[in-house]
Amino acid sequence: MPETLLETQDLSRHFRLAGPWGRGPWLKAVEGVNLSVQAGETLGLVGESGCGKSTLGRLILALLPPTGGRVFFDGEELTKLPKPRLKQLRREMQIVFQDPYSSLNPRLTVRQILEEPYAIHGLGGRGERRAWVAELLQEVGLAEEHLERYPHEFSGGQRQRLGIARALALKPKLIVADEPVSALDVSIQAQILNLLADLQQRHGLTYLFISHDLSVISQISDRVAVMYLGRLVETAPRAVFDTARLHPYTEALLAAVPLPDPGRPFQPPELKGDPPSPINIPAGCPFHPRCPEARLPLCREVIPDYRETAAAHWVSCHLR
Amino acid sequence: MIKREFWARFRRNRLAMSGLVLVAGMVVVALAAPWLAPYDPNFIDLKEVLMPPSAEHLLGTDTLGRDVLSRIIFGSRVSLLVGFVAVGIGTLIGLLVGALAGYYGGWVDQALMRLVDLMLCFPTLFLILAVIAVLGPSIWNIMVVIGLTGWMGVARLVRAEFLSLKEREFVVAARALGAADARLMWRHLLPNALTPVMVSATLGVAGAILVESALSFLGLGVQPPTPSWGNILTLGKDNIEIAWWLSFFPGVAILVTVMSYNLLGEGIREAIDPRLKE
Repeated sequence: MPETLLETQDLSRHFRLAGPWGRGPWLKAVEGVNLSVQAGETLGLVGESGCGKSTLGRLILALLPPTGGRVFFDGEELTKLPKPRLKQLRREMQIVFQDPYSSLNPRLTVRQILEEPYAIHGLGGRGERRAWVAELLQEVGLAEEHLERYPHEFSGGQRQRLGIARALALKPKLIVADEPVSALDVSIQAQILNLLADLQQRHGLTYLFISHDLSVISQISDRVAVMYLGRLVETAPRAVFDTARLHPYTEALLAAVPLPDPGRPFQPPELKGDPPSPINIPAGCPFHPRCPEARLPLCREVIPDYRETAAAHWVSCHLR
Repeated sequence: MIKREFWARFRRNRLAMSGLVLVAGMVVVALAAPWLAPYDPNFIDLKEVLMPPSAEHLLGTDTLGRDVLSRIIFGSRVSLLVGFVAVGIGTLIGLLVGALAGYYGGWVDQALMRLVDLMLCFPTLFLILAVIAVLGPSIWNIMVVIGLTGWMGVARLVRAEFLSLKEREFVVAARALGAADARLMWRHLLPNALTPVMVSATLGVAGAILVESALSFLGLGVQPPTPSWGNILTLGKDNIEIAWWLSFFPGVAILVTVMSYNLLGEGIREAIDPRLKE
């Protein structure tokens, strides 16, 4: 049994919105998420825009304080750590962002960007840092001649490689990849995904891979977690996810993936409308207003439990 | 910001370029004043009182027979010094206040921004007058007071920049690496917030020069015999019916200087963000 690297218990984050007269309603970005990631695996986190994926990623990295619940990293509860210990732990968990144009400081050269992690943690002397940075560049497929250049001199794919190099600098155990390929061309996407897979093998990395793109998720993940309106609705090993998924929302998501087959008759989308606003989450099962299946009164009134229906297969639905 | 592109756009803007040339010219004049001025600005020649412009005195002489051209050339040193030091003080305070408000948010932001609002309520010139009346007129007092009353615009600018920058991914990435507040502000936020500050500082120099002239004109600024454009104007006002040159030339100097700083500032603004031009 592999060890659990990351675990969240009932993790929630609500934001207080500003209203016309001061404080407005609460936005429930993340609500009661129980998630665990085993060392060395890739957990794909999928969901529509605005469902709370990125907020969850930031809660996990203690970049945002939760309003409820707990996060455990390697057995330590992040929210309770004193600052110096948290800083030490930051070496173990890093993040790669979606937008390669805003994830690098435009005023710093590549060398400055990549040496910064070592400077922050007081690691190595000048010569050592130089050697480490050279190694990092090589690791992500860039050349040393790029060192004195500024981010705007690179293409999107190259910049994403730089973002990955920065995340790797401190030799972390966990990398949260927040839509790392969504802003890239399809051909570049494949390169970056391959790079991430290589790095995982070489360094035994654990990924929490956030994406709205199911084809990307199923390519890279060992397990898949589906999020809807701030909650997890289904978590399953990839093989189960591909063949024996249970939740109607997961079903609908997969049905909406376009297939490159011109002979396939047009299928009207199963999911109608937009997800409800996270300010005003429907009572009962949050998915019930859009659920294509029979609606029990139960669906409208009671929030379904998140329970394990088969080994490692968790679903939150009254009908399954 | 890509520097080459900035330059290319700036150079195409004729008004901005002329502003730059004039500003550079005035800096040279101020620095080289002792060599450029034809006379000692404080040399009194009672035989040559209130002489109109002539080959000997290109811009005429004043009530004590001093050469107006030389006094204007030396007066530019006062304007330049006041402009740069006052704006320097104001910009530093503005950067500090704006950075703290934008970075920490919450009650820090609330408190600092209410202070800004409070300061903006005072009519600046009268506030300065009151302070000078208490502290006594001197060039150092003027510079400090103009600086202390001129930081609010910069503070608002920097706060707004910090608010949007601190959500940017490269800042979050630095936080994820464990960077402390000081590093985040100094290395990641501040350098990216400086461009609008540059524009505001350039325009601020023009404002400070104008305020100094006004104070000196009222006799509350630079004290005679030290020449300043404002106190030359005072003499001119008293003799305006018999010696037009005594008011006209320092007035032109103030006008051209203020205008060139404004052109330069606007030019920088447009070169930074070409969309503003339309």
